[in-house]
Amino acid sequence: MYTQALNTAEADDRHVEDAARAAQFQARIDAEERIEPNDWMPAAYRKTLTRQISQHAHSEIVGMLPEGNWITRAPSLRRKAALLAKVQDECGHGLYLYAAAETLGTSREELVDAMLAGKAKYSSIFNYPTLTWADIGTIGWLVDGAAIMNQIPLCRCSYGPYARAMIRVCKEESFHQRQGYEIMLTLCRGSTEQKAMAQDALNRWWWPVLMMFGPPDATSQHSDTSTKWKIKRFSNDELRQKFVDATVPQAQYLGLAIPDPGMTQDADGHWRYSEIDWAEFKQVLAGNGPCNRDRMAARRKAHEDGAWVREAAAAYAAKRQHRQTAQAAE
Amino acid sequence: MPVANVQVSETPQVLYALRRADDALILGHRLSEWCGHAPMLEEDMALSNIALDLIGQAREFYTYAAKIEGKDNDEDKLAYLRDVRQYRNLLLVEQPNGDFAQTLVRQFFYSAFADLYWRAMMNSRDATLAAIAAKSEKESAYHLRHASEWIIRLGDGTEESHVRAQAAIDHLWAFTGEMFAVDAGERDLIRAGIAIDPEGLRGRWLNTVSGVIGEATLTFPQNDWMQQGGRVGRHSEHLGHLLSELQSMQRIFPGLTW
Repeated sequence: MYTQALNTAEADDRHVEDAARAAQFQARIDAEERIEPNDWMPAAYRKTLTRQISQHAHSEIVGMLPEGNWITRAPSLRRKAALLAKVQDECGHGLYLYAAAETLGTSREELVDAMLAGKAKYSSIFNYPTLTWADIGTIGWLVDGAAIMNQIPLCRCSYGPYARAMIRVCKEESFHQRQGYEIMLTLCRGSTEQKAMAQDALNRWWWPVLMMFGPPDATSQHSDTSTKWKIKRFSNDELRQKFVDATVPQAQYLGLAIPDPGMTQDADGHWRYSEIDWAEFKQVLAGNGPCNRDRMAARRKAHEDGAWVREAAAAYAAKRQHRQTAQAAE
Repeated sequence: MPVANVQVSETPQVLYALRRADDALILGHRLSEWCGHAPMLEEDMALSNIALDLIGQAREFYTYAAKIEGKDNDEDKLAYLRDVRQYRNLLLVEQPNGDFAQTLVRQFFYSAFADLYWRAMMNSRDATLAAIAAKSEKESAYHLRHASEWIIRLGDGTEESHVRAQAAIDHLWAFTGEMFAVDAGERDLIRAGIAIDPEGLRGRWLNTVSGVIGEATLTFPQNDWMQQGGRVGRHSEHLGHLLSELQSMQRIFPGLTW
Protein backbone atom coordinates (compact mmCIF):
# COMPACT_ATOMS: atom_id res chain seq x y z
CA MET A 1 0.00 0.00 0.00
CA TYR A 2 2.93 2.40 0.44
CA THR A 3 4.41 1.56 -2.93
CA GLN A 4 1.65 2.75 -5.20
CA ALA A 5 3.59 5.73 -6.46
CA LEU A 6 6.07 3.57 -8.27
CA ASN A 7 5.84 3.27 -11.99
CA THR A 8 4.32 -0.11 -12.76
CA ALA A 9 4.15 0.20 -16.54
CA GLU A 10 6.83 -2.41 -16.90
CA ALA A 11 5.35 -4.61 -14.24
CA ASP A 12 4.55 -7.41 -16.62
CA ASP A 13 7.93 -7.83 -18.13
CA ARG A 14 10.36 -6.54 -15.57
CA HIS A 15 10.81 -9.92 -13.97
CA VAL A 16 11.58 -11.57 -17.27
CA GLU A 17 15.20 -12.55 -17.17
CA ASP A 18 17.02 -12.41 -20.39
CA ALA A 19 20.69 -12.57 -21.04
CA ALA A 20 20.89 -9.22 -22.82
CA ARG A 21 19.19 -7.35 -20.00
CA ALA A 22 21.25 -9.08 -17.37
CA ALA A 23 24.43 -8.17 -19.21
CA GLN A 24 23.30 -4.57 -19.59
CA PHE A 25 22.44 -4.46 -15.88
CA GLN A 26 25.84 -5.80 -14.88
CA ALA A 27 27.52 -3.30 -17.21
CA ARG A 28 25.75 -0.45 -15.44
CA ILE A 29 26.88 -1.81 -12.08
CA ASP A 30 30.44 -2.18 -13.32
CA ALA A 31 30.32 1.43 -14.52
CA GLU A 32 29.35 2.44 -10.94
CA GLU A 33 25.92 3.64 -12.06
CA ARG A 34 23.15 3.62 -9.48
CA ILE A 35 20.19 1.32 -10.01
CA GLU A 36 16.91 3.13 -9.32
CA PRO A 37 13.48 1.68 -8.36
CA ASN A 38 11.96 1.73 -11.83
CA ASP A 39 15.00 0.29 -13.56
CA TRP A 40 15.04 -3.30 -14.68
CA MET A 41 16.88 -5.55 -12.24
CA PRO A 42 17.32 -9.31 -11.87
CA ALA A 43 14.77 -10.86 -9.51
CA ALA A 44 17.59 -12.18 -7.34
CA TYR A 45 19.03 -8.66 -6.98
CA ARG A 46 15.63 -7.39 -5.87
CA LYS A 47 15.26 -10.25 -3.42
CA THR A 48 18.74 -9.88 -1.95
CA LEU A 49 18.29 -6.16 -1.42
CA THR A 50 14.80 -6.48 -0.01
CA ARG A 51 16.14 -8.98 2.49
CA GLN A 52 19.18 -6.90 3.37
CA ILE A 53 17.44 -3.52 3.66
CA SER A 54 14.50 -4.89 5.62
CA GLN A 55 16.83 -6.76 8.00
CA HIS A 56 18.65 -3.53 8.47
CA ALA A 57 15.35 -1.74 9.21
CA HIS A 58 14.26 -4.46 11.66
CA SER A 59 17.62 -4.12 13.41
CA GLU A 60 17.13 -0.41 13.90
CA ILE A 61 13.69 -0.98 15.39
CA VAL A 62 14.60 -3.92 17.63
CA GLY A 63 17.76 -2.00 18.49
CA MET A 64 15.60 0.64 20.15
CA LEU A 65 14.78 -1.84 22.92
CA PRO A 66 18.13 -2.48 24.63
CA GLU A 67 18.93 1.23 24.76
CA GLY A 68 15.35 2.22 25.45
CA ASN A 69 15.78 0.10 28.58
CA TRP A 70 17.88 2.95 30.06
CA ILE A 71 15.99 6.06 28.96
CA THR A 72 13.97 6.19 32.17
CA ARG A 73 17.08 5.56 34.29
CA ALA A 74 19.70 7.74 32.58
CA PRO A 75 21.89 9.25 35.30
CA SER A 76 21.57 12.92 34.36
CA LEU A 77 19.14 15.07 32.42
CA ARG A 78 21.73 15.67 29.72
CA ARG A 79 22.30 11.93 29.30
CA LYS A 80 18.57 11.29 29.34
CA ALA A 81 17.94 13.77 26.52
CA ALA A 82 20.90 12.48 24.49
CA LEU A 83 19.84 8.85 24.85
CA LEU A 84 16.23 9.58 23.99
CA ALA A 85 17.36 11.53 20.92
CA LYS A 86 19.62 8.65 19.90
CA VAL A 87 16.91 6.03 20.18
CA GLN A 88 14.61 8.34 18.27
CA ASP A 89 17.25 8.58 15.53
CA GLU A 90 17.25 4.79 15.31
CA CYS A 91 13.52 4.78 14.84
CA GLY A 92 14.01 7.34 12.08
CA HIS A 93 16.60 5.08 10.45
CA GLY A 94 14.12 2.22 10.59
CA LEU A 95 11.42 4.28 8.91
CA TYR A 96 13.85 5.51 6.30
CA LEU A 97 15.05 2.01 5.55
CA TYR A 98 11.55 0.54 5.34
CA ALA A 99 10.81 3.26 2.79
CA ALA A 100 13.93 2.28 0.84
CA ALA A 101 12.88 -1.39 0.96
CA GLU A 102 9.39 -0.49 -0.23
CA THR A 103 10.84 0.94 -3.44
CA LEU A 104 11.65 -2.67 -4.30
CA GLY A 105 7.98 -3.58 -4.21
CA THR A 106 7.27 -5.05 -0.76
CA SER A 107 5.19 -3.01 1.69
CA ARG A 108 6.31 -2.06 5.17
CA GLU A 109 3.40 -4.06 6.63
CA GLU A 110 4.53 -7.22 4.91
CA LEU A 111 8.11 -6.68 5.99
CA VAL A 112 7.12 -6.01 9.60
CA ASP A 113 4.77 -8.98 9.63
CA ALA A 114 7.61 -11.22 8.48
CA MET A 115 9.76 -9.98 11.34
CA LEU A 116 7.02 -10.40 13.92
CA ALA A 117 6.36 -13.91 12.62
CA GLY A 118 10.02 -14.72 13.17
CA LYS A 119 10.63 -15.21 9.45
CA ALA A 120 12.96 -12.24 9.01
CA LYS A 121 16.17 -11.65 10.89
CA TYR A 122 17.61 -8.66 12.69
CA SER A 123 21.12 -8.10 13.97
CA SER A 124 22.22 -10.69 16.54
CA ILE A 125 23.72 -7.98 18.75
CA PHE A 126 20.35 -6.74 20.00
CA ASN A 127 19.71 -10.07 21.68
CA TYR A 128 22.11 -9.18 24.47
CA PRO A 129 20.91 -7.37 27.60
CA THR A 130 21.84 -3.86 28.77
CA LEU A 131 22.57 -4.44 32.45
CA THR A 132 24.32 -1.27 33.52
CA TRP A 133 24.69 2.32 32.35
CA ALA A 134 28.12 1.42 30.95
CA ASP A 135 26.32 -0.80 28.42
CA ILE A 136 24.83 2.35 26.92
CA GLY A 137 28.30 3.80 26.46
CA THR A 138 29.60 0.51 25.08
CA ILE A 139 26.77 0.14 22.60
CA GLY A 140 27.41 3.64 21.27
CA TRP A 141 31.14 3.09 21.10
CA LEU A 142 31.31 -0.48 19.78
CA VAL A 143 27.93 -1.42 18.31
CA ASP A 144 27.52 1.86 16.48
CA GLY A 145 31.22 1.79 15.66
CA ALA A 146 30.84 -1.64 14.06
CA ALA A 147 27.68 -0.52 12.27
CA ILE A 148 29.57 2.43 10.77
CA MET A 149 32.32 0.11 9.49
CA ASN A 150 29.63 -1.94 7.79
CA GLN A 151 27.61 0.99 6.53
CA ILE A 152 30.19 3.43 5.16
CA PRO A 153 30.81 1.16 2.13
CA LEU A 154 27.02 0.85 1.73
CA CYS A 155 26.90 4.58 0.92
CA ARG A 156 28.32 3.44 -2.44
CA CYS A 157 25.94 0.50 -2.79
CA SER A 158 24.68 0.02 -6.34
CA TYR A 159 21.04 0.48 -5.31
CA GLY A 160 20.35 4.23 -5.22
CA PRO A 161 17.71 4.50 -2.48
CA TYR A 162 19.75 2.31 -0.10
CA ALA A 163 22.98 4.18 -0.79
CA ARG A 164 21.32 7.54 -0.19
CA ALA A 165 19.66 6.32 3.02
CA MET A 166 23.04 5.14 4.26
CA ILE A 167 24.66 8.54 3.80
CA ARG A 168 22.27 10.10 6.27
CA VAL A 169 22.27 7.12 8.61
CA CYS A 170 26.08 7.11 8.76
CA LYS A 171 26.21 10.77 9.74
CA GLU A 172 23.93 10.12 12.70
CA GLU A 173 25.67 6.87 13.66
CA SER A 174 28.98 8.66 13.75
CA PHE A 175 27.52 11.15 16.20
CA HIS A 176 26.17 8.28 18.30
CA GLN A 177 29.53 6.59 18.29
CA ARG A 178 31.28 9.69 19.61
CA GLN A 179 28.57 10.10 22.22
CA GLY A 180 29.07 6.49 23.37
CA TYR A 181 32.81 6.92 23.56
CA GLU A 182 32.33 10.07 25.59
CA ILE A 183 30.19 8.12 28.09
CA MET A 184 33.01 5.56 28.35
CA LEU A 185 35.59 8.28 28.80
CA THR A 186 33.56 9.80 31.63
CA LEU A 187 33.26 6.41 33.32
CA CYS A 188 36.94 5.63 32.91
CA ARG A 189 37.91 8.97 34.41
CA GLY A 190 35.41 8.47 37.24
CA SER A 191 35.45 6.35 40.37
CA THR A 192 36.91 2.84 40.65
CA GLU A 193 33.37 1.54 40.60
CA GLN A 194 32.60 3.38 37.35
CA LYS A 195 35.74 2.15 35.66
CA ALA A 196 34.96 -1.42 36.71
CA MET A 197 31.49 -0.94 35.27
CA ALA A 198 33.05 0.14 31.95
CA GLN A 199 35.42 -2.84 31.89
CA ASP A 200 32.62 -5.25 32.68
CA ALA A 201 30.54 -3.87 29.83
CA LEU A 202 33.45 -4.19 27.40
CA ASN A 203 34.00 -7.76 28.56
CA ARG A 204 30.41 -8.68 27.82
CA TRP A 205 30.02 -6.82 24.49
CA TRP A 206 33.38 -7.36 22.80
CA TRP A 207 32.82 -10.81 21.31
CA PRO A 208 29.16 -10.28 20.33
CA VAL A 209 30.24 -7.07 18.57
CA LEU A 210 32.86 -8.96 16.54
CA MET A 211 30.10 -11.38 15.53
CA MET A 212 28.10 -8.46 14.10
CA PHE A 213 30.25 -8.60 10.95
CA GLY A 214 28.82 -12.02 10.18
CA PRO A 215 30.37 -15.45 9.66
CA PRO A 216 33.97 -15.78 8.51
CA ASP A 217 34.57 -15.36 4.77
CA ALA A 218 35.21 -19.06 4.29
CA THR A 219 31.62 -19.87 5.27
CA SER A 220 29.68 -16.79 4.14
CA GLN A 221 26.75 -17.62 1.86
CA HIS A 222 25.82 -14.36 0.18
CA SER A 223 29.10 -12.63 -0.44
CA ASP A 224 29.90 -13.65 -4.00
CA THR A 225 26.83 -12.31 -5.76
CA SER A 226 26.57 -9.35 -3.39
CA THR A 227 30.11 -8.39 -4.33
CA LYS A 228 29.42 -8.79 -8.06
CA TRP A 229 26.40 -6.52 -7.68
CA LYS A 230 28.36 -4.01 -5.61
CA ILE A 231 26.00 -4.30 -2.70
CA LYS A 232 28.94 -5.48 -0.65
CA ARG A 233 32.38 -4.04 -1.20
CA PHE A 234 34.39 -5.60 1.60
CA SER A 235 34.26 -9.08 3.05
CA ASN A 236 33.09 -9.82 6.60
CA ASP A 237 36.62 -10.57 7.76
CA GLU A 238 38.06 -7.46 6.12
CA LEU A 239 35.54 -5.23 7.88
CA ARG A 240 36.01 -7.06 11.18
CA GLN A 241 39.78 -6.56 10.99
CA LYS A 242 39.36 -2.87 10.17
CA PHE A 243 37.08 -2.51 13.18
CA VAL A 244 39.48 -4.29 15.54
CA ASP A 245 42.41 -2.20 14.32
CA ALA A 246 40.47 1.00 14.88
CA THR A 247 39.10 -0.05 18.27
CA VAL A 248 42.17 -1.38 20.09
CA PRO A 249 43.85 2.06 20.39
CA GLN A 250 40.55 3.53 21.57
CA ALA A 251 40.35 0.93 24.35
CA GLN A 252 43.97 1.65 25.25
CA TYR A 253 43.22 5.34 25.51
CA LEU A 254 40.37 4.52 27.89
CA GLY A 255 42.67 2.29 29.90
CA LEU A 256 40.42 -0.71 29.31
CA ALA A 257 41.58 -4.22 28.46
CA ILE A 258 40.16 -6.01 25.43
CA PRO A 259 38.94 -9.34 26.83
CA ASP A 260 41.17 -11.35 24.51
CA PRO A 261 44.42 -12.35 26.24
CA GLY A 262 45.62 -14.01 23.03
CA MET A 263 45.46 -10.82 20.99
CA THR A 264 48.71 -9.80 19.32
CA GLN A 265 49.83 -7.08 16.95
CA ASP A 266 51.50 -8.35 13.80
CA ALA A 267 54.36 -6.76 11.86
CA ASP A 268 51.93 -4.80 9.66
CA GLY A 269 50.31 -3.27 12.71
CA HIS A 270 47.12 -5.35 12.53
CA TRP A 271 45.68 -6.61 15.80
CA ARG A 272 45.10 -10.35 15.49
CA TYR A 273 42.22 -11.56 17.61
CA SER A 274 41.56 -15.04 18.89
CA GLU A 275 39.02 -17.50 17.51
CA ILE A 276 35.43 -16.27 17.74
CA ASP A 277 32.90 -18.59 19.35
CA TRP A 278 30.74 -19.20 16.28
CA ALA A 279 28.66 -21.72 18.18
CA GLU A 280 27.33 -18.86 20.32
CA PHE A 281 26.59 -16.82 17.19
CA LYS A 282 24.60 -19.71 15.71
CA GLN A 283 22.62 -20.12 18.91
CA VAL A 284 21.72 -16.41 18.97
CA LEU A 285 20.67 -16.53 15.30
CA ALA A 286 18.59 -19.61 16.07
CA GLY A 287 16.65 -17.63 18.67
CA ASN A 288 18.54 -18.74 21.75
CA GLY A 289 20.37 -15.55 22.69
CA PRO A 290 19.76 -14.12 26.17
CA CYS A 291 17.08 -11.69 24.96
CA ASN A 292 15.64 -13.06 21.69
CA ARG A 293 12.36 -14.00 23.30
CA ASP A 294 12.07 -10.72 25.19
CA ARG A 295 12.79 -8.63 22.09
CA MET A 296 10.24 -10.43 19.95
CA ALA A 297 7.67 -10.35 22.74
CA ALA A 298 8.15 -6.59 23.17
CA ARG A 299 7.78 -5.88 19.44
CA ARG A 300 4.74 -8.15 19.17
CA LYS A 301 3.14 -6.55 22.20
CA ALA A 302 3.65 -3.04 20.81
CA HIS A 303 2.16 -4.18 17.52
CA GLU A 304 -0.82 -5.94 19.06
CA ASP A 305 -1.54 -3.26 21.66
CA GLY A 306 -1.38 -0.64 18.93
CA ALA A 307 -3.76 -2.42 16.55
CA TRP A 308 -6.84 -0.55 17.78
CA VAL A 309 -5.04 2.78 17.32
CA ARG A 310 -4.06 2.02 13.74
CA GLU A 311 -7.59 0.79 13.04
CA ALA A 312 -9.01 4.01 14.50
CA ALA A 313 -6.72 6.13 12.35
CA ALA A 314 -7.72 4.20 9.23
CA ALA A 315 -11.43 4.36 10.09
CA TYR A 316 -11.25 8.08 10.71
CA ALA A 317 -9.36 8.71 7.46
CA ALA A 318 -12.00 6.72 5.57
CA LYS A 319 -14.84 8.65 7.23
CA ARG A 320 -13.20 11.92 6.42
CA GLN A 321 -12.64 10.93 2.82
CA HIS A 322 -16.26 9.91 2.58
CA ARG A 323 -17.43 13.24 4.03
CA GLN A 324 -15.24 15.21 1.68
CA THR A 325 -16.51 13.29 -1.31
CA ALA A 326 -20.10 13.82 -0.16
CA GLN A 327 -19.44 17.55 0.33
CA ALA A 328 -17.89 17.88 -3.12
CA ALA A 329 -20.93 16.20 -4.65
CA GLU A 330 -23.32 18.72 -3.09
CA MET B 1 24.74 4.79 52.38
CA PRO B 2 21.48 6.67 52.09
CA VAL B 3 21.58 9.72 49.86
CA ALA B 4 20.15 12.81 51.41
CA ASN B 5 17.61 14.83 49.52
CA VAL B 6 18.71 18.33 48.63
CA GLN B 7 16.97 21.12 50.45
CA VAL B 8 15.48 23.85 48.34
CA SER B 9 14.74 27.36 49.61
CA GLU B 10 11.34 27.66 48.03
CA THR B 11 10.92 31.39 47.67
CA PRO B 12 7.90 32.19 45.48
CA GLN B 13 10.15 32.73 42.46
CA VAL B 14 12.12 29.51 42.97
CA LEU B 15 8.92 27.59 43.54
CA TYR B 16 7.38 29.10 40.44
CA ALA B 17 10.25 27.92 38.22
CA LEU B 18 10.38 24.57 40.01
CA ARG B 19 6.71 23.85 39.40
CA ARG B 20 7.10 24.49 35.66
CA ALA B 21 10.24 22.35 35.57
CA ASP B 22 8.61 19.46 37.42
CA ASP B 23 5.57 19.49 35.12
CA ALA B 24 7.81 19.30 32.08
CA LEU B 25 10.17 16.65 33.45
CA ILE B 26 7.49 14.30 34.75
CA LEU B 27 5.42 14.50 31.59
CA GLY B 28 8.53 14.14 29.44
CA HIS B 29 9.56 11.10 31.45
CA ARG B 30 6.14 9.54 31.06
CA LEU B 31 6.21 10.05 27.29
CA SER B 32 9.71 8.62 27.07
CA GLU B 33 8.35 5.38 28.54
CA TRP B 34 6.63 4.84 25.18
CA CYS B 35 9.87 4.87 23.22
CA GLY B 36 10.10 1.57 21.36
CA HIS B 37 6.57 0.51 22.29
CA ALA B 38 4.23 2.90 20.46
CA PRO B 39 1.38 1.75 18.18
CA MET B 40 3.31 2.81 15.07
CA LEU B 41 6.83 3.98 14.33
CA GLU B 42 5.61 7.47 13.51
CA GLU B 43 4.27 7.74 17.06
CA ASP B 44 7.51 6.41 18.54
CA MET B 45 9.09 9.37 16.78
CA ALA B 46 6.44 11.89 17.74
CA LEU B 47 6.16 10.93 21.42
CA SER B 48 9.94 10.88 21.79
CA ASN B 49 10.13 14.24 20.11
CA ILE B 50 7.58 15.76 22.47
CA ALA B 51 9.37 14.14 25.42
CA LEU B 52 12.61 15.71 24.28
CA ASP B 53 11.01 19.14 24.06
CA LEU B 54 9.62 18.75 27.56
CA ILE B 55 12.88 17.52 29.06
CA GLY B 56 14.57 20.50 27.40
CA GLN B 57 12.05 22.86 28.99
CA ALA B 58 12.56 21.18 32.35
CA ARG B 59 16.31 21.68 32.15
CA GLU B 60 15.89 25.38 31.46
CA PHE B 61 13.47 25.89 34.33
CA TYR B 62 15.59 23.84 36.76
CA THR B 63 18.70 25.75 35.81
CA TYR B 64 16.85 29.00 36.33
CA ALA B 65 15.38 27.84 39.65
CA ALA B 66 18.87 26.91 40.84
CA LYS B 67 20.23 30.26 39.71
CA ILE B 68 17.64 32.35 41.51
CA GLU B 69 17.92 30.16 44.57
CA GLY B 70 21.64 30.94 44.49
CA LYS B 71 22.76 27.92 46.51
CA ASP B 72 24.59 24.76 45.52
CA ASN B 73 21.76 23.18 43.52
CA ASP B 74 21.75 22.53 39.78
CA GLU B 75 19.41 20.90 37.27
CA ASP B 76 20.46 17.37 38.18
CA LYS B 77 20.32 17.85 41.93
CA LEU B 78 16.85 19.31 41.62
CA ALA B 79 15.66 16.49 39.38
CA TYR B 80 17.44 13.55 40.99
CA LEU B 81 17.70 14.40 44.66
CA ARG B 82 14.26 15.54 45.71
CA ASP B 83 11.78 13.06 47.06
CA VAL B 84 8.13 12.69 46.16
CA ARG B 85 7.03 15.23 48.82
CA GLN B 86 9.39 17.83 47.35
CA TYR B 87 8.10 17.48 43.79
CA ARG B 88 5.76 20.28 42.72
CA ASN B 89 4.22 19.01 39.48
CA LEU B 90 0.56 18.75 38.56
CA LEU B 91 -1.14 15.47 39.41
CA LEU B 92 -2.21 15.29 35.77
CA VAL B 93 1.29 14.81 34.37
CA GLU B 94 2.28 12.00 36.75
CA GLN B 95 -0.70 9.83 35.82
CA PRO B 96 0.45 6.57 34.19
CA ASN B 97 0.48 6.28 30.42
CA GLY B 98 -2.35 3.76 30.41
CA ASP B 99 -3.36 3.05 26.84
CA PHE B 100 -2.60 5.34 23.92
CA ALA B 101 -5.87 7.21 24.47
CA GLN B 102 -5.00 8.00 28.07
CA THR B 103 -1.55 9.24 27.10
CA LEU B 104 -2.96 11.46 24.37
CA VAL B 105 -5.83 12.85 26.45
CA ARG B 106 -3.37 13.70 29.23
CA GLN B 107 -1.16 15.40 26.64
CA PHE B 108 -4.10 17.19 25.09
CA PHE B 109 -5.35 18.67 28.39
CA TYR B 110 -1.83 19.77 29.31
CA SER B 111 -0.73 21.09 25.91
CA ALA B 112 -3.94 23.05 25.42
CA PHE B 113 -3.11 24.78 28.70
CA ALA B 114 0.67 25.05 28.22
CA ASP B 115 0.31 26.60 24.80
CA LEU B 116 -1.78 29.46 26.21
CA TYR B 117 0.39 29.69 29.29
CA TRP B 118 3.70 30.02 27.42
CA ARG B 119 2.21 32.51 25.03
CA ALA B 120 1.15 34.68 27.97
CA MET B 121 4.49 34.19 29.71
CA MET B 122 6.30 35.62 26.71
CA ASN B 123 5.25 38.99 28.18
CA SER B 124 6.62 38.27 31.65
CA ARG B 125 8.70 41.05 33.18
CA ASP B 126 11.26 38.39 33.99
CA ALA B 127 13.41 38.22 30.86
CA THR B 128 14.52 34.62 31.45
CA LEU B 129 10.98 33.37 31.91
CA ALA B 130 9.92 35.28 28.80
CA ALA B 131 12.74 33.69 26.81
CA ILE B 132 11.99 30.15 28.00
CA ALA B 133 8.32 30.78 27.22
CA ALA B 134 9.09 31.97 23.69
CA LYS B 135 10.90 28.73 22.92
CA SER B 136 8.40 26.53 24.73
CA GLU B 137 5.41 28.08 23.01
CA LYS B 138 6.63 27.02 19.57
CA GLU B 139 6.96 23.49 20.87
CA SER B 140 3.65 23.35 22.71
CA ALA B 141 1.79 24.63 19.63
CA TYR B 142 2.96 21.51 17.81
CA HIS B 143 2.24 19.26 20.80
CA LEU B 144 -1.30 20.59 20.93
CA ARG B 145 -1.87 20.06 17.23
CA HIS B 146 -0.55 16.51 17.43
CA ALA B 147 -2.70 15.65 20.45
CA SER B 148 -5.83 17.35 19.07
CA GLU B 149 -5.61 15.42 15.83
CA TRP B 150 -5.35 12.17 17.75
CA ILE B 151 -8.28 12.98 20.05
CA ILE B 152 -10.42 13.55 16.95
CA ARG B 153 -9.17 10.40 15.24
CA LEU B 154 -9.73 8.27 18.32
CA GLY B 155 -13.09 9.80 19.23
CA ASP B 156 -14.43 9.62 15.70
CA GLY B 157 -12.55 6.46 14.67
CA THR B 158 -13.87 3.05 15.65
CA GLU B 159 -16.28 2.10 18.39
CA GLU B 160 -13.41 0.75 20.46
CA SER B 161 -11.27 3.87 20.09
CA HIS B 162 -14.26 6.04 20.96
CA VAL B 163 -14.90 4.09 24.16
CA ARG B 164 -11.22 4.25 25.12
CA ALA B 165 -10.95 7.98 24.41
CA GLN B 166 -14.09 8.68 26.43
CA ALA B 167 -12.82 6.57 29.32
CA ALA B 168 -9.55 8.55 29.27
CA ILE B 169 -11.41 11.86 29.40
CA ASP B 170 -13.61 10.63 32.23
CA HIS B 171 -10.56 9.45 34.13
CA LEU B 172 -8.34 12.48 33.66
CA TRP B 173 -10.82 15.33 33.76
CA ALA B 174 -10.57 15.61 37.56
CA PHE B 175 -6.89 16.55 37.24
CA THR B 176 -7.43 19.57 34.99
CA GLY B 177 -8.61 22.01 37.66
CA GLU B 178 -5.21 22.10 39.33
CA MET B 179 -3.73 23.83 36.28
CA PHE B 180 -5.71 26.95 37.16
CA ALA B 181 -4.97 27.08 40.88
CA VAL B 182 -2.48 29.57 42.35
CA ASP B 183 -1.28 30.13 45.92
CA ALA B 184 -0.55 33.40 47.70
CA GLY B 185 3.11 33.51 46.68
CA GLU B 186 2.26 32.98 43.05
CA ARG B 187 -0.46 35.61 43.34
CA ASP B 188 2.20 38.15 44.36
CA LEU B 189 4.31 37.22 41.35
CA ILE B 190 1.26 37.65 39.12
CA ARG B 191 0.72 41.14 40.53
CA ALA B 192 4.37 41.93 39.87
CA GLY B 193 3.98 40.94 36.21
CA ILE B 194 6.37 38.02 36.56
CA ALA B 195 4.02 35.05 36.74
CA ILE B 196 0.98 34.33 34.60
CA ASP B 197 -2.54 34.31 35.96
CA PRO B 198 -3.95 30.99 34.74
CA GLU B 199 -7.48 32.06 35.61
CA GLY B 200 -7.35 34.45 32.67
CA LEU B 201 -6.68 31.51 30.36
CA ARG B 202 -9.52 29.29 31.53
CA GLY B 203 -12.10 30.49 29.02
CA ARG B 204 -9.87 30.00 26.03
CA TRP B 205 -8.63 26.64 27.32
CA LEU B 206 -12.20 25.44 27.69
CA ASN B 207 -12.97 26.68 24.19
CA THR B 208 -10.11 24.75 22.66
CA VAL B 209 -10.85 21.63 24.65
CA SER B 210 -14.59 21.60 24.04
CA GLY B 211 -14.06 22.32 20.34
CA VAL B 212 -11.84 19.29 19.89
CA ILE B 213 -13.90 17.05 22.17
CA GLY B 214 -17.02 18.03 20.26
CA GLU B 215 -15.45 17.34 16.88
CA ALA B 216 -14.29 14.01 18.25
CA THR B 217 -17.93 13.18 19.16
CA LEU B 218 -16.84 12.85 22.80
CA THR B 219 -18.36 14.46 25.89
CA PHE B 220 -17.29 15.96 29.20
CA PRO B 221 -17.93 13.87 32.31
CA GLN B 222 -20.79 14.76 34.65
CA ASN B 223 -18.64 14.74 37.76
CA ASP B 224 -16.81 18.07 38.09
CA TRP B 225 -14.86 17.32 41.27
CA MET B 226 -11.27 18.51 40.85
CA GLN B 227 -8.36 16.70 42.53
CA GLN B 228 -5.45 18.84 43.73
CA GLY B 229 -2.28 18.54 45.77
CA GLY B 230 0.64 18.13 43.38
CA ARG B 231 1.75 21.76 43.68
CA VAL B 232 2.38 21.29 47.41
CA GLY B 233 3.80 17.76 47.20
CA ARG B 234 0.65 15.74 47.94
CA HIS B 235 0.90 13.39 45.00
CA SER B 236 -0.78 10.27 43.74
CA GLU B 237 0.91 6.95 44.53
CA HIS B 238 2.24 6.84 40.98
CA LEU B 239 4.89 9.51 41.36
CA GLY B 240 7.02 7.62 43.89
CA HIS B 241 7.47 4.73 41.48
CA LEU B 242 8.36 7.06 38.65
CA LEU B 243 10.96 8.82 40.80
CA SER B 244 12.47 5.60 42.10
CA GLU B 245 13.20 4.68 38.50
CA LEU B 246 14.25 8.13 37.32
CA GLN B 247 16.55 8.68 40.28
CA SER B 248 17.92 5.16 40.71
CA MET B 249 21.45 5.82 39.41
CA GLN B 250 21.96 8.94 41.50
CA ARG B 251 20.62 7.17 44.56
CA ILE B 252 22.72 4.00 44.10
CA PHE B 253 25.91 5.84 43.17
CA PRO B 254 25.82 9.08 45.13
CA GLY B 255 27.84 12.07 44.06
CA LEU B 256 29.35 10.70 40.86
CA THR B 257 29.64 12.36 37.46
CA TRP B 258 28.16 10.50 34.54
